[in-house]
Amino acid sequence: MTALSAFAAALTAPDRRPPPEFAGRAERRFAVYRNNVMVGLIRALETRFPVLVSLLGEEFFRAMAREFTRAHPPSSPVLMSFGDELPDFIGGFEPAEEMPYLADVARIEIARTRAYHAADVPRLGTDAYSELTPSNFEAMLIDLHPAVAVIHSHHPIWTILAMASGWQPAAAIEDWQPQAVLVNRPDLDVLVRPLTTGAALFLEALGAGRPLGIAATEVAQDVPDFDLPAALATLIGDGLATRIHVFGGDLP
Amino acid sequence: MMKQLPAGVGVGFKPEHFDAIIADPAAPIAFLEIHAENYMGAGGRPHAQLAQLRERFALSVHGVGLSIGGEAPLDNAHLARLKTLIQRYRPESFSEHLAWSSHGEAFFNDLLPLPYTPATLARIADHIAEVQDTLGCRMLLENPSTYVRFEESTIGEVDFLAALVERTGCGLLLDINNVFVSAVNHGIDARAYLADFPLEAVGEIHLGGHDEDMDDNGAPLLIDAHGSPVADAVWTLFAEVIARTGSLPSLIEWDNDVPAWPVLRAEAARAAAVLARPSRHAAA
Repeated sequence: MTALSAFAAALTAPDRRPPPEFAGRAERRFAVYRNNVMVGLIRALETRFPVLVSLLGEEFFRAMAREFTRAHPPSSPVLMSFGDELPDFIGGFEPAEEMPYLADVARIEIARTRAYHAADVPRLGTDAYSELTPSNFEAMLIDLHPAVAVIHSHHPIWTILAMASGWQPAAAIEDWQPQAVLVNRPDLDVLVRPLTTGAALFLEALGAGRPLGIAATEVAQDVPDFDLPAALATLIGDGLATRIHVFGGDLP
Repeated sequence: MMKQLPAGVGVGFKPEHFDAIIADPAAPIAFLEIHAENYMGAGGRPHAQLAQLRERFALSVHGVGLSIGGEAPLDNAHLARLKTLIQRYRPESFSEHLAWSSHGEAFFNDLLPLPYTPATLARIADHIAEVQDTLGCRMLLENPSTYVRFEESTIGEVDFLAALVERTGCGLLLDINNVFVSAVNHGIDARAYLADFPLEAVGEIHLGGHDEDMDDNGAPLLIDAHGSPVADAVWTLFAEVIARTGSLPSLIEWDNDVPAWPVLRAEAARAAAVLARPSRHAAA
């Protein structure tokens, strides 16, 4: 084993044993590195998941972040993607099993940082939709802006987020219903707002490349009160699209 | 080919200072330094701010994740990201560290120490040459702050750095706080280190704060924390170096517990005052 291999292995080893060459003579010195690594990575997670920190408390979050970091150390020096596996990790993290909505909160926070760094692609304004006619509507494909994400949950995720963020007074949630949210970055600030289940499924279908007419029909079958005009108003009014086209090219 | 940084004062740019910097055109700031890895997203606020600042300031791109001192080949994907960033902003300088931060599949987010041997020298010289070839510019390599030394080291740190300059044509980034931290930690004389240092290769100076801890034997152990003002001993060493070299691009690094802009600005002004002193170099 090379000096660097021994060093690397000891940095995150849970037994806190230093590499043999420093054992008994420079253990506190080596511990500075071990501490820097763990504190730095936990801090990166705290920065990326502030709502989880507020829901769990700093101490609980840090303990969980430590276990997560041991299980999923970052592989890239670009830390803006560190923590992408956190939602699934939380889903299987026993001490948090009484808060089954945490994984979806983490998904929202991931979508937020992705939106924050997303490419600056021009958005379609309302006039871009003036060419839409009943005859070409069905086959229309919509490219969503790279900052746009939809997260839907079996839990009242918007209400939980709003309370944890101080946008709504904290109170017991009496009517525990599924909710969905839209993450978007109209300019430089990332915004999160609630979506109806129908609008969330519709936008998701468009994002997956389903033609507009087919997406509308499918969502209406699953969601009886699906309000297509309202969902289109969100798509157009929030400027979620970057391109409207049909198979094979742009609109004639 | 890159231009050079202006021989004035810079600060490590923190987004929370953006509005204050824009509103302070009289600040004694000639250049800004960014950590490359924070600008590897595609767009959004980081790039919007940087594009605006770039119009007014010279720019130093400082990498903290390339792991030049690592055992593995350089990460080509990361090198490509650096190239994209450098082509986008055309900075006056690119620098990295004599350290490693990745091993195997893991990135440790810290600047880790390495043994200084003929084998590590050859490997790092190859890495630096590859970086310079890929980026199309000369890079600066920063001397590290360290808490441990390796038994297998056979080359002194200054000789190691000088040999890298000779083999690759790279420049050096002299971090005077790192010199002081390592000197205290390893019981060597910071002035002797600086007396031997190849100052003619220095393209930039770093100044930052450190914390004090204790080692295994109760002796002082300094930690390169970048969360406090520059120490008086480091200011003294800085003035001695500048007296030898004349004015050099000099940066205040304050990465943790980031202070309000006026505090950082005052540190920058203190550095500017040192650069403005008549030097032996200038008189010669």
